[in-house]
Amino acid sequence: MNFDFSDEQKQMRDEARKFLSEQCPPKAVREVLDGKAPYDKALWKGLAEMGFLGVAIPEQFGGAGAGHLELCVIAEEMGRALAPVPFSSTVYLAAEAILIAGSDAQKQKWLPKIASGDAIGTLALFEGHGNPSPKAVKVTANGGVLNGVKKPVADGAIADFAVVAARTGSSGRESDFSLFIVDLKAGGVEVKSLTNIDLTRGQAEITFKDAKAEPLGTTGEGWSVITQVLDRAAVLMAFEQVGGADRALEMGRDYALDRIAFGRPIGSFQAVKHMLADMYVSATLARSNCYYGAWALSTNAGELPEAAAAARISATQAFQHCAKNNIQVHGGMGFTWEFDCHMYYRRANAVALGLGSLSYWEDALIDRMRKKNAA
Amino acid sequence: MNFDDTPQEGAFRAEAKAWIAANAPKQYEEELRKASLGRFQLKGANILEVAKAWQKKKADAGWACLHWPKEYGGRGSSPIERVIWQQEEGPFGRLSSMFIIGHGMCGPTMMAFAGEEQKRSYLPPLASGEKIWCQLFSEPAGGSDVAGLRTRAEKHGDEWVINGQKIWTSGAHYSDYGILLTRTDPDVPKHKGLTMFFLDMKSPGVEVRPIKQASGASDFNEVYFTDVRIPDSQRLGTVNDGWNVSLTTLMNERMSIGAGVSTGFPELFDFCNSLMLEDGPAIENRAVRSKLANWAVKASGLKYTSMRAISALSKGERPGPENSIGKLVAGSMIQDVAAYALDLQGAAGALSGIEDAEVAGKFQAMLLRAPGTRVEGGTDEIMRNIIAERVLGLPGDIRVDKDVPFNKIPTKGRN
Repeated sequence: MNFDFSDEQKQMRDEARKFLSEQCPPKAVREVLDGKAPYDKALWKGLAEMGFLGVAIPEQFGGAGAGHLELCVIAEEMGRALAPVPFSSTVYLAAEAILIAGSDAQKQKWLPKIASGDAIGTLALFEGHGNPSPKAVKVTANGGVLNGVKKPVADGAIADFAVVAARTGSSGRESDFSLFIVDLKAGGVEVKSLTNIDLTRGQAEITFKDAKAEPLGTTGEGWSVITQVLDRAAVLMAFEQVGGADRALEMGRDYALDRIAFGRPIGSFQAVKHMLADMYVSATLARSNCYYGAWALSTNAGELPEAAAAARISATQAFQHCAKNNIQVHGGMGFTWEFDCHMYYRRANAVALGLGSLSYWEDALIDRMRKKNAA
Repeated sequence: MNFDDTPQEGAFRAEAKAWIAANAPKQYEEELRKASLGRFQLKGANILEVAKAWQKKKADAGWACLHWPKEYGGRGSSPIERVIWQQEEGPFGRLSSMFIIGHGMCGPTMMAFAGEEQKRSYLPPLASGEKIWCQLFSEPAGGSDVAGLRTRAEKHGDEWVINGQKIWTSGAHYSDYGILLTRTDPDVPKHKGLTMFFLDMKSPGVEVRPIKQASGASDFNEVYFTDVRIPDSQRLGTVNDGWNVSLTTLMNERMSIGAGVSTGFPELFDFCNSLMLEDGPAIENRAVRSKLANWAVKASGLKYTSMRAISALSKGERPGPENSIGKLVAGSMIQDVAAYALDLQGAAGALSGIEDAEVAGKFQAMLLRAPGTRVEGGTDEIMRNIIAERVLGLPGDIRVDKDVPFNKIPTKGRN
């Protein structure tokens, strides 16, 4: 038993933190926030050069072949820095879907491009309101072409390709859904940017009109792949959330030490201290759930579905809690555009929804716990 | 990151499992499984005797106080082996509740400050459960403010004479020995005039009076000292250095991690699985599921937080103040969980008798005991202060009594 990352993994974390603090300071995040660029291209290239984009991609497909624990470590740092790049859509969603379901040829085609930063990918799953559910998928696949509308699609406007969930049967059962890879730069695809509360990460609406699609994995098994991809992404995203929560806590703590009111640092008032202590508690519980999730993910353990849901819920709550109370500790200054607090608040609330909302995962967790209990 | 046993850990687990299967008092297993915070009964048996017998059996076979050195009655085990033992001991571990203070706090304090001969004579019977120890710190005037205590110790030749009163002393009514924090110099600021001793609870002048708690049970006591004489050889640490000695005790309290703090969640989850509401099973109700999920991740978060702490310990790191999280989270959680279990039952939730209540009144007992959990060993507020000050590095509260001699500190809020 060892419930911690190895020294090598911690070293990788330090490296990623150092790289991101230099290459992705709040000023760089603000370039995207203020609409000057759709994402930070220089940072994206830099991440590729550092080997971070392909850290969990096997060497034979152009990656570093390190593994998912290493990817967890990087994910935490991406979240801390609020990196304005399509990392989660490309690495956690598109690459994982291809790793799980792709043919050797598809892996050879896409994974090296992902690892080198030459291809941005995403997962096109949602169609308006609601959570991941086969019932909500209306986009159809017939005769090698897709028709219908997906929204929101994270990073859809900058992505080169998308893994798309589509209906291949008419009964509405899980076995009627399949996955496809669609080249978003090809004909029959229209992409429209949508505004959203996290201005550092784009969302899009994608309309398919007889868009050419290449099957990914076996027809009729799409939903099972989606579930696996979402579980993996839930753990990885939870690490991003814990990174964000920790940073928000740190910002609140630092401000409480520096800011003087009523002749004392505000951090000496119990009301403020207790708020920060509670932030620490929620971030710590989330981190511990994430560690269990990381282990389940890296060993592909049967516990992954339950561990992923627990990590997701706990990290979503922690990031929202810390981001919200960081503003509260900052008082009026926290509510200004100039201070960085709102960037974390925006991100916390946006990432809480991207893989299915909190209530969706709560439901999933109890389902999974019941199944385990019954087994 | 590895949640599986290493081969050595697996071998240790198998050995522990086999020994427990062959030796545990299985006739009480079912009742022990049903035990919960606030309710602990063994029908037709004296709990103290059953507990002592189990502890003695463990000690004789080398399974008591696993992490203590062998010469003091332990096994010299690693923190992880201790966790494996606790996992395997399962419900039988509940029999250890009366030994927790002795094993977790008094023993380690003796190890740090008693003489070698004393350690060899007092520690093995403590490990084996033959002697039970309590901790005499809290006082009516000094609850969270431990250093505000007033029990006096005055030197008379080779002896100290103790006068005063302690309160909230768990298990004093069945304890054989205690560690005692006293004031030896009232003319200096409060933290600087304390001294620690250990004593025989049967000493003349010691009077133990059980306190009836809000829950109706009596686990705690008031202890009165009238001219109690303690030889100077039973002093722990130097005169007036008792505060530092007590910090060692409290630091060791944090080492008692891994026992798995009670959150009430497993009980609630089972209950919701079996409870039928008007519109179907409780577990299928959306609102119920949301509540359960929220508590589920707190419970698992605590579990893995303690596993992380144990990993750190086993690499030789000291237990840090971050371990204050367990009691802080579990204390209020168990209170909320119990209240929710009653809420789900509607009007009948108020019924608490073993015959009338669902799950034999388990949740009602939990609810009534929970306020104590949030206070004992440091209130929620003190736990938050510890996290804020020692983990996050925020400034301490302004202390108006810090440099004031103890006997000049005001004793009343309003005149």
